[in-house]
Amino acid sequence: MRKIIGIILLIIIAWGIITSLQEMPFGTSRAKVADHYINKGREETGAANIVTSVVVGYRSLDTLGEVTVLFLAAIGLGAVLATIKRKEDRDTEKASLILSTGCRFLFPPILLFGAYIFIHGHLTPGGGFQGGAIIASAFVLMYLGCHEEKKINETGSIISESLGGLVFVVIGLIGLTIGTRYFLNNFLPKGEFNTLLSAGIIPIIYIAIGFKVGAELSKIIDLLMEES
Amino acid sequence: MILIVSFLVVAMLAAAVSAYFFKDLLSAVIASCMVSLLAAVLFFFLHAPDVAMAEASIGAALVTAVFVIAIRRTKRYEE
Repeated sequence: MRKIIGIILLIIIAWGIITSLQEMPFGTSRAKVADHYINKGREETGAANIVTSVVVGYRSLDTLGEVTVLFLAAIGLGAVLATIKRKEDRDTEKASLILSTGCRFLFPPILLFGAYIFIHGHLTPGGGFQGGAIIASAFVLMYLGCHEEKKINETGSIISESLGGLVFVVIGLIGLTIGTRYFLNNFLPKGEFNTLLSAGIIPIIYIAIGFKVGAELSKIIDLLMEES
Repeated sequence: MILIVSFLVVAMLAAAVSAYFFKDLLSAVIASCMVSLLAAVLFFFLHAPDVAMAEASIGAALVTAVFVIAIRRTKRYEE
């Protein structure tokens, strides 16, 4: 009896899918919004990178959601790992002088490159997420390569993480009172196209995201290393 | 152009298959890191530098680090 009901339900669903697929026109472009982004994005947001103009210009509310998801993931990991007792140090092999010196030498350039990526997010490819991930990978190199007990500064990480989120939300709330009065509207002057100080609030938001993502991802790595 | 892309795809497939067959889990993680790195280069050739950057930094660096930490906590060789 149950199998017969299941088969009937499947037939009904299949019929629905087939009829609705027949209604859809294939091969014709209906994405008017994509054309709008490509043609008007440059003058409406002032960002030279169209991906950035979509991510932080038109769809900045979605970006706020993404940042929140990453934040919740970091919090969840911290809450789970805080309940596990810390193991005493295992006898690990000390890294050779060449490896640890190389890591210490490479750490500042990688950090600088990450900062470059998110500061120039509105001009060149990349942005807050990519820059933050590169900064976190610099910390990974430090943790894996250098044997010395080097840890990230706890308060510095917490401050940059919360300040990043706060700046993002506060800029969005200021947008509610000035200009066109919607959340995260671009109320600052656009400036000269394709220069560093242009595109209004987009560079500020990307710098905030870069700090936040970098602090969160390196905190995740720090928590995992601490438990192992 | 098509030669470079096809070479990248073949190398990616080889790395993915070898990641499945390795008994040493550390080698398998490095092979999957290779897949991410080649995918990043492929994204760059497909004119998506933003995605390539995210793939290279997250897929190749951070995920590999997390797996290496997990292997350090568990066993290195598959039975």
